[in-house]
Amino acid sequence: MIRLLNQDRGGQLLIGSLLLAIILVPILNALPDSSSLHVPTYSVSLLGKYLTLALLAVAVDLVWGYLGILTLGHAAFFALGGYAMGMYLMRQIGDRGVYGDPNLPDFMVFLNWQELPWFWQGFDQFWLAALMIMLVPGVLAFVFGYLAFRSRVSGVYLSIITQAMTYALMLAFYRNEMGFGGNNGLTDFKDILGFSLQSEQTKIALFIASAVALIVGYLLCRAITTSRAGKAVVAVRDGESRARFMGYRVENIKLWVFTFSAVLAGVAGALYVPQVGIINPNEFSPINSIEVVVWVAVGGRATLYGAVLGAILINYAKSYFTVELPDVWLFALGGLFVLVTLLLPRGVTGLLKRKEAK
Amino acid sequence: MVIDFESEAKNYPERGKVFDFLTPQHNPALNVDKSVLLYLESLSVAFDGFQAINDLNLYIGNGELRCIIGPNGAGKTTMMDIITGKTKPDTGVAYFGQTINLLEMDEPAIAQAGIGRKFQKPTVFENLSVWENLELAMAQPRDFLSLLGARMSTEQTHEMAEILALIGLEDQINKAAGALSHGQKQWLEIGALLMQKPRLLLVDEPVAGMTHQEMDKTAELLRSLAGKHSVVVVEHDMEFVRNLSAGGKTVSVLHQGSVLAEGTMAQIQDDDRVKQVYLGE
Repeated sequence: MIRLLNQDRGGQLLIGSLLLAIILVPILNALPDSSSLHVPTYSVSLLGKYLTLALLAVAVDLVWGYLGILTLGHAAFFALGGYAMGMYLMRQIGDRGVYGDPNLPDFMVFLNWQELPWFWQGFDQFWLAALMIMLVPGVLAFVFGYLAFRSRVSGVYLSIITQAMTYALMLAFYRNEMGFGGNNGLTDFKDILGFSLQSEQTKIALFIASAVALIVGYLLCRAITTSRAGKAVVAVRDGESRARFMGYRVENIKLWVFTFSAVLAGVAGALYVPQVGIINPNEFSPINSIEVVVWVAVGGRATLYGAVLGAILINYAKSYFTVELPDVWLFALGGLFVLVTLLLPRGVTGLLKRKEAK
Repeated sequence: MVIDFESEAKNYPERGKVFDFLTPQHNPALNVDKSVLLYLESLSVAFDGFQAINDLNLYIGNGELRCIIGPNGAGKTTMMDIITGKTKPDTGVAYFGQTINLLEMDEPAIAQAGIGRKFQKPTVFENLSVWENLELAMAQPRDFLSLLGARMSTEQTHEMAEILALIGLEDQINKAAGALSHGQKQWLEIGALLMQKPRLLLVDEPVAGMTHQEMDKTAELLRSLAGKHSVVVVEHDMEFVRNLSAGGKTVSVLHQGSVLAEGTMAQIQDDDRVKQVYLGE
């Protein structure tokens, strides 16, 4: 682990502050309300949410920054991981739902379904849900990538079909017959692993889990980018045909990285859902995937920690603006993207690096 | 007495490498019993009606240095594209050694079989350092998982040092390849090519944009490579070709997609047809 962070000051700083947050946040939360240092529990959940989004941004940075594929569909993998977690949480409700059916989630009772569809079977087991959280986004990314990379689709065309993929999934999940709760999605969660989602301890535990997931995800991505495989990934980005003439199977390299990144996004989604308490088809909407790319661009491509910085900065700004000046937010986001592209092509971290170089 | 351990150590063979015959041959599938490394027979390819290659026949011997000249549009680059798997011909056969059918393979497979290509424009990975460029080119398993766990072995480090010395970039190993001069990039690309341990080197206009001094060095390098590798050089610069093919090496002239003449430089220059189409005399 130490080796991975050699010569990665941004990464050292990131991992250091995450570890600090894991220790400090529960302590500050335990302080009495009157204390000025007290961190309210809803802020802890908000922070946890930012961390899961940061993990999604890291996954996108791996694919966009290092591999050079502008993916505009990563929120789909995030949402699929979220749905897998949501299904587990729905089954945990048991007979405490509005209709009190011990097996069927409320929306199925409402639709007059008599029994659990086959793809809901076993989701009351956490291990299966955990497996699906990684497997479903991974398999989708593998199949999608296999077809796209083998036929050598690249550049803007690939970006467009990633958008089409997430859009198609959104439309599918909006349908009640799909069995994922239609446009209401999955919500009204009660427990996770037997702990109440309403309790403060669970919320803090989820925050810690998100921070740990971000640390592990960051280190895994770092392990890839610093290895010889990481050099090959950059080579594919900068000179695809040259890499081919050098004997590299470009499609396979792309497929590995893309699939791994989708799995990471799925894990992020699974941690996101219990902290916000709902998952619905809106998470698939194309704009979400584009927003992730904006976070990475603002933070700085191909640095990994820049993606984290960008995700947290923009989502904090979003939380602030949508409360204080709700009408301004989308203009601010669009303007920010234009400004960053024009003035800071290497993002905020690029700016910091330039300062350091001087 | 002071012992210089470093130079002392160089006199001994590497550990684990005692008998040459024990080291596996790089590509055992390659069969060059007939002393011919590359067979191109009656190749033809047309693009939208334009006959880029027209009944081309060419044989490259094992360890040979061959220069190929020809006016623009003679099909030199298309021929390279066919050999490396980028373009599939309409008719004809292309064999590497006796047994390897190049037309059934894609680019990575052909590269791994032992054919290296150097492009006209220097194409190095600009964001990677000189060292990383060579590291990637090194003959090694190229699947993602082996790359993920790959470590530099002593043997490989020696190999890298050898190539770095050959291309004269020892002092710039950490420099980004994009920051090198034009000539240095050309050399780095040749170095990368050698790291692949190819049996056949296809070199497309290696001296374009080089100074005279660099040109002489390049000619010397290419000549030294022949023997251990077969080298095919496509070049426009006549002086360079004359220099390279000195000592009776074969030169092939390509014209309208087929071989117009073959022989030593002196023979070629005397050939009336060649004078007509190429030398313009």
